[in-house]
Amino acid sequence: MEGEMATTSSLTSRDSIDLGELRKKPRIGETIIQSLLFLCGVISILTTIGIVYELGKESLAFFTHQMWEQTNKSLTVGIDESVTTFEVSRSGGVLEVGDTLRLSDEIVMVSSIEGTLLTVERGVQETAAVPHSAGVEIFRGSYVSLVEFFTGTEWNPQISKFGIWSLVNATFMTSLIAMSVALPVGLATAIYLSEYASLRARSILKPIMEVLAGVPTVVYGYFALTFMTPLFRSWFGVDTVQIFNTASAGVVVGILIIPLVSSMSEDALHAVPKSLREAAYGLGATRLETSLRVVLPAALSGITAAFVVAISRAIGETMIVAIAAGAGPAFTFNPFDSAETMTGHIVRISGGDLSYDSIDYNSIFAIGLLLFFLTLSLNIFSQRVVARFREVYE
Amino acid sequence: MMPNDPNQELETGFPEGTDLEKYIIKRHRTGVGLKLSFQMATLVGIIALTALLYNITNQAFGLVAVENTIPPAEVVASIGATGELQDLSKDQLIEILQANISTGLGRRFERDQRFYEDSYAFDTEAKYQASCASAEPAAGCSLPARDRDNVYQLVLSEVVEPEVVQTWSLMDSLFSRGEVLAEAEAKYPGSEVYFRSWLTADFLQRPQSSNPEFAGVRTAIFGSLWVIFITILFSFPVGVGAAIYLEEYAGASFINRLIQTNINNLAGVPSIIYGMLGLAIFVRTLEPLTSGALFGGVDPTTANGRTIISAGLTLGLLILPIIIINAQEAIRAVPSSLRQASFGLGATKWQTIWHHVLPSATPGILTGTILAMSRAIGETAPLVVVGASTFIVVDPDGPFAKFTTLPIQIYQWTSRPQDEFRNIAAAAILVLLVLLLSLNATAVLLRNHYSRRAA
Amino acid sequence: MSTNGEYALETNNLNVYYGDFQAVSDVSLRFHKQAITALIGPSGCGKSTALRSFNRMNDLVDIARVEGEVLFRGRNIYHPQVDPVEIRRRIGMVFQKPNPFPKSIYDNVAWGARINGYKGSMDELVEQSLRQAALWDEVKDKLQQSGLSLSGGQQQRLCIARAIAVKPEIILMDEPASALDPIATLRIEELIQELKKNYTIIIVTHNMQQAARSSDYTAFFTVNEDRAGYLVEYDETGKLFTNPKHELTEQYITGRFG
Repeated sequence: MEGEMATTSSLTSRDSIDLGELRKKPRIGETIIQSLLFLCGVISILTTIGIVYELGKESLAFFTHQMWEQTNKSLTVGIDESVTTFEVSRSGGVLEVGDTLRLSDEIVMVSSIEGTLLTVERGVQETAAVPHSAGVEIFRGSYVSLVEFFTGTEWNPQISKFGIWSLVNATFMTSLIAMSVALPVGLATAIYLSEYASLRARSILKPIMEVLAGVPTVVYGYFALTFMTPLFRSWFGVDTVQIFNTASAGVVVGILIIPLVSSMSEDALHAVPKSLREAAYGLGATRLETSLRVVLPAALSGITAAFVVAISRAIGETMIVAIAAGAGPAFTFNPFDSAETMTGHIVRISGGDLSYDSIDYNSIFAIGLLLFFLTLSLNIFSQRVVARFREVYE
Repeated sequence: MMPNDPNQELETGFPEGTDLEKYIIKRHRTGVGLKLSFQMATLVGIIALTALLYNITNQAFGLVAVENTIPPAEVVASIGATGELQDLSKDQLIEILQANISTGLGRRFERDQRFYEDSYAFDTEAKYQASCASAEPAAGCSLPARDRDNVYQLVLSEVVEPEVVQTWSLMDSLFSRGEVLAEAEAKYPGSEVYFRSWLTADFLQRPQSSNPEFAGVRTAIFGSLWVIFITILFSFPVGVGAAIYLEEYAGASFINRLIQTNINNLAGVPSIIYGMLGLAIFVRTLEPLTSGALFGGVDPTTANGRTIISAGLTLGLLILPIIIINAQEAIRAVPSSLRQASFGLGATKWQTIWHHVLPSATPGILTGTILAMSRAIGETAPLVVVGASTFIVVDPDGPFAKFTTLPIQIYQWTSRPQDEFRNIAAAAILVLLVLLLSLNATAVLLRNHYSRRAA
Repeated sequence: MSTNGEYALETNNLNVYYGDFQAVSDVSLRFHKQAITALIGPSGCGKSTALRSFNRMNDLVDIARVEGEVLFRGRNIYHPQVDPVEIRRRIGMVFQKPNPFPKSIYDNVAWGARINGYKGSMDELVEQSLRQAALWDEVKDKLQQSGLSLSGGQQQRLCIARAIAVKPEIILMDEPASALDPIATLRIEELIQELKKNYTIIIVTHNMQQAARSSDYTAFFTVNEDRAGYLVEYDETGKLFTNPKHELTEQYITGRFG
């Protein structure tokens, strides 16, 4: 064959490295541009690293922050800088071996205790041993423990109470109320838009949903405080409903996320192939039966993903709860009571005069870290669900 | 269906005859009922939006009762003039000031800005010129003299000192005006009751003030514009760059997949977390940079990192994933035949992207960017955390200035217990919504313009 | 040292893979200068893939891999030191569907020359290219209109003018008339005959009549049992159609399979 003959011809130049004008030209510009574009992509990774690093660093500082609590004990006699054993007053709290104590500016560590007689190591933690006069108050060093943080229900930095549950509980309350508004309304809207609505109805409803989604949250906060709360107060009584309450904040957060639920659910419903609907109609199903028993189950994973994203959004929502839910942590299950959420607390604390490296500053980062992981795991979970869903229909 | 029904000729296991009819009617009835409830659900959105707009309008306009320290008529009479206060000449108004405020206060106002070009109302020429010659000359030395309006405002705020004692909503003002007037007469005898729009041209032009009567959103609008300018300056090139990289260059390597997953996850991070990142990185760690101290010429009292540039960069990071994802979609929509045609002519990759891919993707990229921009303009929480100042009376003059923004102002005013602050918050919300609406309209127009040109 | 002077392009044992799938198997061909060579064969026989590997368009597909040689001016264009951008300027391409840029007619023609650093008079080049593509008379009064405003056949001739404007030596055409009506197809065929005077043309076509009518040489491809395309027969068009050496070729040209 001709084709085979061609291969037999000798081509002495085939290994020549003289490529002449075909030789690759160095395109430095192209390389620089590609590197710059790559850097643009890397910024997003740096952002994540920055978030995890900064939140982690400050949270660590929070849990290793030494606080000084009063023991109501004092020195009974004055001591000079070399004395390592001294007597303290009998009254007040209990001291233990290994405690760090602070006498004015000096920090000491207790190495043994005999009644009211303490033996200590002087001048620890880079403080200098100095003389102290009788009557100097003794403070005991303490840290926020993880156990206290994750089990405590009282959050009051002034008296060193850092139990996250009062904040988490309020967050869950508002999110729960929000979801109980947004889920049914959002899903029903999605079903209506995808299965029933005429083109005309869609052309009116879709922009309204977009406008609802585009209203800044601070405006919703204003709405919750000046409309929803007075409305609840006129329905349930001024004495029952506090001015700040999780109910009105929650309902308005729900309104805010209706468009999110409805648009994501509608996408999921749209992705169900037409053939499936036709199959159902072909068996004599009504439109409702087709929608609810065939299309909805087929779109279930997409709808689940929408719900999970909506929950994550409700948990992270800030301005509505900061304005309308309450301005002080409280552990309550009454939706008409005031309670501060995680996000609300962060905003209030950082809105005030905040000095770096104070326990308040560190504490909001610890809350932020928890919030970050909470929303991140919800988002990852929803992406997993969506990924599985895509495999089925594409 | 009874199994041994004598009327039943053929047992199919399905309802037949009248039973079938009933069964189908029942099924359709359920269908209609549920359809109705789906329809009702869509109404919730419409009702919520209506209630929101109603509520804001209701608060932004309405009757107010105002008590004056000295009623305007008495003020006019105090200099022996007649007529209405607002009709007096500049000279007469200055005369009123001279008669009613202390010389010390008058001198302060004059140092801020002079009353006359060629003479002095409170100060003496010698002292004033001495001040101007000193190391720290007064602001008035380099400013033109006050105009009549300016003096009029001074008379209002310093002499008349009107104070809003109660406000009523638009609905009450329109439909139960009589009762409102009666109530005002009973509670605040001698007060002036009039209809007031809290949203006025003055409201847009005045800076912040602790008196809601004189407060405005001028500094907040400038703050918002500055912040958004920095935000876009940072996030538009970086976002579009990242999108180009991911769509045109990136292969399926681990790092590229990581970048893509990471961007999707960042889009779901609550905005307040970005605020904390901004606080830790831009405000604290990069303080020398973001306070402007590295570039010199910064007032040391304001030289901390809580500046426009910190806020802009924080919001930039916040909207970066949104811009990237939208730009990626726009780039993906460019037909590959266009790229092939370009490569077939011997174009390099970048030439292909720059001359063909980007121009075709521009409408999509711009629309996405403007949507991201309106998100950034409405953001409040991250800016509170980054440290927006709440009380700013001078216009921000650059990226290293302290700042406040419209949403921050709304948040601050909403948090105050007094009704009048609620009213100006509502007026500020109207300004914000109009700003957002015009931005979105621009997005639609841009998209239409470009898609027509491409066709 | 004899380069492949008498041939415009030569392939030696060319294999193209998409991931694990082999699309083209062991193709060796020599393309004569200033002649039209048609690649024919049933659909999916790898003729388009082979064509795309002649100017490294397959580089743009991530999973594509090429083995063997494609010699242009005696040099393997797949040598790692060879610049694919330079190759594509010298070996132009016209695609199946007309794909003018969303720019003016003028810019469509001028763009390729501009990015390749053309120094001469652009107006002259545009006119000359459009004349060669037999489009000048139809568009000379509306050069600033969008290229997309033209009819399908005109768009394809614009794409040919665009390819000519960068002065390539070879023009690859991937079923250039398949998306056009019969009259437009005829015009393109006439145009290709004209272009033969100055260029080497390699054209993929699924239309046997077209190949028989207008080409000087014909290569017949088909698929083997692994669905990889391979070359069955290559000869002067007249010989191949009147006196095919291979049974598969005969079956194909007589319409018994394909």
